[in-house]
Amino acid sequence: MSEIEKLLNPSDFEAFQKKIVEGRDPNRTAVAVCSGPGCLAYASGKVFDRFKVELLESGLAEEVTLAQTGCHGFCERGPSVVILPDEICYLRVSPDDVKEIIETTLRGGGIVERLLYKGEDGLPVQKESDIPFYKHQQKVVFGDNKRIDPRSIDDYIARGGYTALVKAITTMSPETVIAEVKESGLRGRGGGGFPAGAKWEATAKPPADTRYVIVNADEGDPGAYMDRGILEGNPHSVIEGLMIGGYAIGANEGYIYVRQEYPLAIDNVLYALEVLREIGLLGENILGTGFNFDIIVHKGAGAFVSGESSALMSAIEGRVGEPRPKYIRTSISGLRGKPSCLNNVETWANVPLIINKGADWFKSIGTEGSKGTKIFSLVGNVKNTGLVEVPMGMTLRQIIFDIGGGIRDDKEFKAVQTGGPSGGVIPEDMLDLHVDYDELYAAGSMMGSGGMIVMDKDTCMVNVAKYFLEFLSDESCGKCVPCRDGIDQLLEVLQRLTSGNALEEDLELIEDISLMMKECALCGLGQSAPNPVLSSIKYFKDEYIAHIAEKRCPGGVCKALIAYTIDKEKCIGCGKCMKVCPVAAITGEKKSPHKINNALCVKCDSCYQECPAKVQAVTKIRQADVITAFATSEEAANE
Amino acid sequence: MTQDKIDQIIDKFEAKPRALIMILMDIQHHNRWLPKEALERVSERLGVPLAKVQQIAAFYKTFSLVPKGDHELHVCTGTSCHLRGAQKVLDTVYEVAGIRPGETDSESKFSLTAVNCMGACSLGPVMMVDGQYHGRLAPSKTEDVLKNVK
Ligand SMILES: Cc1cc2nc3c(=O)[nH]c(=O)nc-3n(C[C@H](O)[C@H](O)[C@H](O)COP(=O)(O)O)c2cc1C
Ligand code: FES
Repeated sequence: MSEIEKLLNPSDFEAFQKKIVEGRDPNRTAVAVCSGPGCLAYASGKVFDRFKVELLESGLAEEVTLAQTGCHGFCERGPSVVILPDEICYLRVSPDDVKEIIETTLRGGGIVERLLYKGEDGLPVQKESDIPFYKHQQKVVFGDNKRIDPRSIDDYIARGGYTALVKAITTMSPETVIAEVKESGLRGRGGGGFPAGAKWEATAKPPADTRYVIVNADEGDPGAYMDRGILEGNPHSVIEGLMIGGYAIGANEGYIYVRQEYPLAIDNVLYALEVLREIGLLGENILGTGFNFDIIVHKGAGAFVSGESSALMSAIEGRVGEPRPKYIRTSISGLRGKPSCLNNVETWANVPLIINKGADWFKSIGTEGSKGTKIFSLVGNVKNTGLVEVPMGMTLRQIIFDIGGGIRDDKEFKAVQTGGPSGGVIPEDMLDLHVDYDELYAAGSMMGSGGMIVMDKDTCMVNVAKYFLEFLSDESCGKCVPCRDGIDQLLEVLQRLTSGNALEEDLELIEDISLMMKECALCGLGQSAPNPVLSSIKYFKDEYIAHIAEKRCPGGVCKALIAYTIDKEKCIGCGKCMKVCPVAAITGEKKSPHKINNALCVKCDSCYQECPAKVQAVTKIRQADVITAFATSEEAANE
Repeated sequence: MTQDKIDQIIDKFEAKPRALIMILMDIQHHNRWLPKEALERVSERLGVPLAKVQQIAAFYKTFSLVPKGDHELHVCTGTSCHLRGAQKVLDTVYEVAGIRPGETDSESKFSLTAVNCMGACSLGPVMMVDGQYHGRLAPSKTEDVLKNVK
C-alpha cells in the first residue's frame, strides 16, 4: 500500500484510486510467478525466490515488478510465469531458467523460445491468450489473477477494485442493488443454482435487528479447487461482493467460512481484511455513508456436510456442523436465528462486475436460463488439466477437446462427471450438451460447484459410482436414517458388483433404495447421494451388466475381476516388469517373452504401467479366464 | 503439550464457548493431536460439557484423537487422483508401512491421512510427505519415496 490514510468519504476514495492509477506506468514490465496450488506443487516457490535474487543481482529490481500471484489456470504446464505487459507466457519454468529469462526477455526484449507453449503444429506461441487452452476461455471473474498480487490492495484498486462498492453505497439504494442482481439473472455457483437476487431479497425482507451475509468457501467437492483459486488469487473480489451484498441486504456482519486446508487463502483473506480496516473501507461508517460492516473469517474443520447451508451456520455457532430440517429457510432464520444469506465464493465474486458493468452486460453472456461465466476445475484423464472459465452455453465437447486438448495419452473418451458427489456422468454421445444449469440437470447430472472430471476408456463406471458413495458414507453426518443407511446399502450392492457377486435384481434394488433416499433424506447430501450411481446406470448399464453376467470389468479396474498376463507375441523381454514386480511373480529370460504367475500376483498394476507404451505386452484379462486356464493346466499335470 | 500452552490458546479466544472449534483447531495445529487432558481442560475452562467437546473432536476431519507419527503422509484421494490410481498409492503405503488412512504405525514413524483435492491434479496421483509434494506416483515410485524418508 502506498501509505496508510483513512478514507473518510467518497472523494477520499476517488483521490486514493486516482493516485494509485496515476502512479502506475501501464508499460512497466512485471513478472507474475504463479503460486496457485498446482504450480506450488511444481515448486514455483523456488522460481519466485530465484527471480528475487537474480533481479537484484542484475540491477533490474527497481525497474521490474515481481509478484507471486494466484492460479493462472494452466496447471498442467506449471510453473507458469507471465511477463507483462506483453503477456509472454513461459511454462514449465525451473529456477535454472530464471537467469536466462532475465537476460533475454527482461533486459534484451527477446524471447526464450524453449519455454514457450508449442502448438500441435510445433510452432511456439508467445502470448498467453493465444495458447489454445486460454484462447477459448472467457475470463471475467478469474482473469485478473495474473495481474494482481493478492497481498496488494493497490493492485486490486488499480484494476477498478472497490469502485462497485463505492457506487453501490453512494449512488444506489439497497433495493436498487437487489433489483440489479435479480435482473442480471445471476444464479448460485455453489451447486444448486438458486437465483442470487431472489435469495438476497428473501433475506432482506423479514423484520429483524440483525442479518448476516456469508461466503461459502468450504469447497467440499473432493475433486475441485476453483474456489480456492479465486480466494487465494483475488480475495478482494470476494470481499467486495460480500460487502455489496451486506449493504443490499442490510447486514453489518459478514462471515467467510473457509476450509482450514486452504491456509494460503485464509492468510490472504485475513491480510486483505486488515488492510481494509486500516484504510477505513471496513468498519464503522464506511466512507461517511453510515454503512457499518465487518467480516469475520471462520475456519472450517473439515466435513463435507458442513458446506450445506444450515450445517455451515451451526458450525459458525461453534456447534457440530450438521444440517437441520429446513421447514424455515436460512434466509429467514439462519445464523443465530437471524435472516442469513449464504452464497458461494464465485457467486460473490461476480457481484462487483454486475454492479459496475450492469445487469445487461452480464445477461449478454450465457444462455436463456444461465447467465455469465462458470469456472471449472478441468481434471482427470484430460491433457490440459487446470482451472478454466467459460461462458455459460459452451458445449462440454468444446471444453474438453478445444480447451482441455482431448484425452491424455490419446486414449478414447468415456465420460465426464460434473457436480461432484451430488452430480452425475455424461457419456460421449451427449458431449454437445451445453454448460447450463437446466440442461445438465435434465441429463441427470448438475452444474455443481465446478468439478469437471474427464474419464477415459480405462475407467470403470461402477468403480466411480462406488468411489463417490464411499466418500459420502464417510461424510454423512448420520443424523437421518435414509441417508446413513441408504448410502451403506447402496455401497453394499456396489461392493457385490465390483467383486463379481451381484445379481441382476441388484440393479432394481439400487433404484428402490435411491428413490427412498431422494424422497426421505434430510438434506441435499442424502437426497442427491444416489445421483452418481443412477446416472451411470442410465448411461452405462452395459458395464453393470458385464460385471454381473460376465464377471468382467470393461474398464479393467475392479481387482477381483481382472488378472494380468503377458502377450508372448508382443513381449520383447526387456525385463522392466520383472524388476518392478513387488512379489516376484514375473519370470523370464532377457530378450525372451516373460510370464506372470497369477497365483503370486497381487494385481498392483506396476507391470502394466511399466511396460513400454510401444510394446504393451502386459494386458488385463478376466480373472474367470485365469482360473479355468489354471484348472486345465493342473488337470493336464495330473494326467 | 503443557497446560500453560493450552491455557494460552484458550485465553486467546477469551474462553468463549462459541470459539470451541477454533480453540481445538489451534491445539491440534500446535500439538498435531488432541490428548484427553487437553479436551478436559477445554471443557473445564469453557464450561462446555466434555461430551460436547468430544463430539466436536470426533466429527471434524481435522482432529486427531491419537498421536501422530514423525512423518505425515497425505495421500490425495480426490476424484482426479482416484482416477489416476490413488488407491494403488494407498495400497503401497499399506504394504510398506502397514497403515491405512487415519492410522499411525507401531514405531510412530508414519501417519497417513487421505485428503481431498490438493489442487495439484495435473501431478496426480499425489502424496505429500511432510509438506513436500510427490506426483505421478506409480506403485514402485511410491515405495521409493517412502524408503527415502529418513
Ligand atoms: C452436502 C452439501 C455440501 C455442500 N457443499 C458446498 C460447498 O462446499 N460449497 C458451496 O458453495 N456450496 C455447497 N453446498 C451448497 C450450499 O448448501 C448452498 O446452497 C450454497 O452455498 C449457496 O450458495 P450459492 O447459491 O451461491 O450457490 C453444499 C450443499 C450440500 C447439501
Ligand atoms: S484430485 Fe488429487 S490433487 Fe486434485
